[in-house]
Amino acid sequence: MKESVVIIGGGIAGLEAASQLLALGLSPVIVEKSDHLGGHVAEWYRLFPDLSPAQDLVTHLVSSASGARIYLETEISRINALKDGYSATLNNGDVLFCKAVLVCTGFHLFDAAKKEEYGYGIYDRVITNRDLEHWFGGLEDARIPDNPRAVGFVHCVGSRDVKAGNTQCSKVCCMTAIKQAIELKEKFPEAEVYCFYMDLRLFGKKYEDFYISAQRDYGIHFIRGRVSEVSEDIDGRLLVKAEDTLSGKPLKVRLDLLVLMAGMVCSPQTGRIASMVRAEVDDDGFLRSRDNIYSIVESGRKGIFFAGACTGTKTVPETVAEARAAALSAFRYIKEKA
Amino acid sequence: MIYQGKQKIWSDYQKEIPDNHWFYVRSCIRQSFFPASEGHFVKIVRDLLGKDLYETPHHTTCGGIAYHSDTIPQETAMTIVARQFSLMKEAGYKNLVTSCITSFGNYTEILETWREFPELETRIREHLWKACRREFDKPEYVAHASDVVYKLRNEIAEKAKFRLVNHETGEPLRIVEHIGCHYSKMFPHKGVGGAEYPCVLSGMVESWGGKVIDYPERRHCCGFGFRQYLVKANRGYSVSNTHKKFESMEPFHPDLIITNCPGCPYFLDRWQYVISEQTGKTYGQNGHGIPALTYEELAGLVLGYDPWDLGLQIHQVGPEPLLDKMGIAYDPARKYLGLDEKDIMKPGLPTVLKCC
Amino acid sequence: MDFGFSLSPSSAIDLDKVDLSLYRRLEQTVPDIRSCIACGSCSATCMAADYSGMSVRKLILNLQRGADVKKMLSCCMLCGKCTMVCPRGINTRKLILDVCRYYSDNKL
Repeated sequence: MKESVVIIGGGIAGLEAASQLLALGLSPVIVEKSDHLGGHVAEWYRLFPDLSPAQDLVTHLVSSASGARIYLETEISRINALKDGYSATLNNGDVLFCKAVLVCTGFHLFDAAKKEEYGYGIYDRVITNRDLEHWFGGLEDARIPDNPRAVGFVHCVGSRDVKAGNTQCSKVCCMTAIKQAIELKEKFPEAEVYCFYMDLRLFGKKYEDFYISAQRDYGIHFIRGRVSEVSEDIDGRLLVKAEDTLSGKPLKVRLDLLVLMAGMVCSPQTGRIASMVRAEVDDDGFLRSRDNIYSIVESGRKGIFFAGACTGTKTVPETVAEARAAALSAFRYIKEKA
Repeated sequence: MIYQGKQKIWSDYQKEIPDNHWFYVRSCIRQSFFPASEGHFVKIVRDLLGKDLYETPHHTTCGGIAYHSDTIPQETAMTIVARQFSLMKEAGYKNLVTSCITSFGNYTEILETWREFPELETRIREHLWKACRREFDKPEYVAHASDVVYKLRNEIAEKAKFRLVNHETGEPLRIVEHIGCHYSKMFPHKGVGGAEYPCVLSGMVESWGGKVIDYPERRHCCGFGFRQYLVKANRGYSVSNTHKKFESMEPFHPDLIITNCPGCPYFLDRWQYVISEQTGKTYGQNGHGIPALTYEELAGLVLGYDPWDLGLQIHQVGPEPLLDKMGIAYDPARKYLGLDEKDIMKPGLPTVLKCC
Repeated sequence: MDFGFSLSPSSAIDLDKVDLSLYRRLEQTVPDIRSCIACGSCSATCMAADYSGMSVRKLILNLQRGADVKKMLSCCMLCGKCTMVCPRGINTRKLILDVCRYYSDNKL
């Protein structure tokens, strides 16, 4: 009888962990609350910096995890600790017995409507990074005009903002903004694209080249300063006011589309999941790992492991690497106990 | 624009306004700028709608102008306000209604300060006792008179004789609403609708049949603000702010501006004259300018009171085009006759702005 | 009539109304100008910076905002130290010479 591991969440972390556990000879079970696998990445179009299609990654992960037992549209009601493992009760009545639990619940996108001054949900031409990514993927969106002359990106919406309730940086939005700016320029070469940033966080492999290409090859304008207010002009265009910190003066520009880079915050169910597995919630709202350097995938509680954005903001390669590390840690834990 | 998005934000900032038994405190300067506004507020709320609105002849200014102009320290302003509270306690009321928006900001700021620093409140109690042997209780609720009219707007709409509609074309009037900074921006939670989309005036306008215009500089300050305009040389700053608002609202062709502050309609009204003399440019149709009314004047017009009794002849921008649009009858001959038909003299006419 | 005060001009930059023609020319002759990140390495090494208002960082920013650059340029000694240190590899000396050439060609 193969030992079982329950994986909470069927996003890329959960799928990669499942495929590794299968290769190691264990029996993973994925419990996913939505109706599809692949989590947030399944909704995206292309991944930086190579601009490889997100669907390829998700399809590959789903097929390599196909040997696992998968529950969709199911949530976990209760987890009880047993003498040598855990029992997880699902909301459809099934009870799963396992040796270890792997939490891969991921993140939640900040609700951009909370920043009232940007007018999300109030003005017709204001959208978020997720809306834009869906549109690139082929979904219709009436808010995006057919031939925009000017487009703006606002960095740090809901991140690094004590008033929005999240002081942390969401890590991936600067690169995502540059990626989406380039993709928009490819679709509308005549449009002027402005990125309003506070700082540019471009820390990874080939990220700086991506930025240089955005500036030099695509002519995207980067303006350092916060957007203060968005309003609507008589012809429906957005009037955006920002502070141009480098010249020390206020600046205004009329745009046809404004994209808000909504940040990553912890999912609202984190508290519930944390109490079920008796894990701690850190003061940034995400789950707390045993430490932040060597044991990120461990929770400090026996048999409970973490992978992916549930412990903090992560990029896709980091999530996949953590999923593999968590699978290996779970495997070693189970073998040592036996 | 997605209207439901704004409504959702308004619903987050709703406040429960009591609907009866208020203690009314007047403004020091509104009687000069808009002589009939406060009188008509009392007339509408007390006589027409039958609510209990009490004012005592012994009440004074709240000290807001002096406090914001840096001429008295905050403790003095607090002691003046404490005396107002003790008058309210004597009369047996718990709900305070202020006529002026700076007063509203002042009372709210003082109550918040006392909440955070109770030792300051104790000291003010001592000051008041030493000054005039009085004791006070803090009011349960502080509202602004526009909150009260907002609460009663549907009752006013039922009794209305005119609606904010162009009676020839049937189109709703295009109305710009301007909220005082001390109402919405100092303590957003104390204003109906928060700081970005306050709805205290737009709610009134819509229930009386008008259409609210949203333009880019809608939330911009008019430039009133004691310290900058008290010194003549600084007034360029104030007039530039109002000029920015007018330049922004011009393409939307508004028929009227409604405000809830004493200073704002004064500025929005008078600066049109200054801007017309300095730049030669007027706003509104046919060079007549855009009338800037207070909410009490607008409520009075809607209820059918005589425009000259409402004090509209004191306004710089002539109200006649607006009255003609709404279909309100007025007697041009009686314009410059005051109480008891006394002749109150005619003003000189400006060179650029057209006045009747 | 003298009121004793007058309308103050606004200092806000309206990006829809600025004149970017000189910047557009330079994008053709020195395409790397687009990759400037305003780090200030150029201004930090500039020998003329202490004693005049010269700063290549400000030059590029003013070009991007349609503001005047002529007065600043008269203090540049064309030493080339800014070009040596630019982390983005912009040929700043050529940039300065191109702007000067534009002004002298058009007798400005």
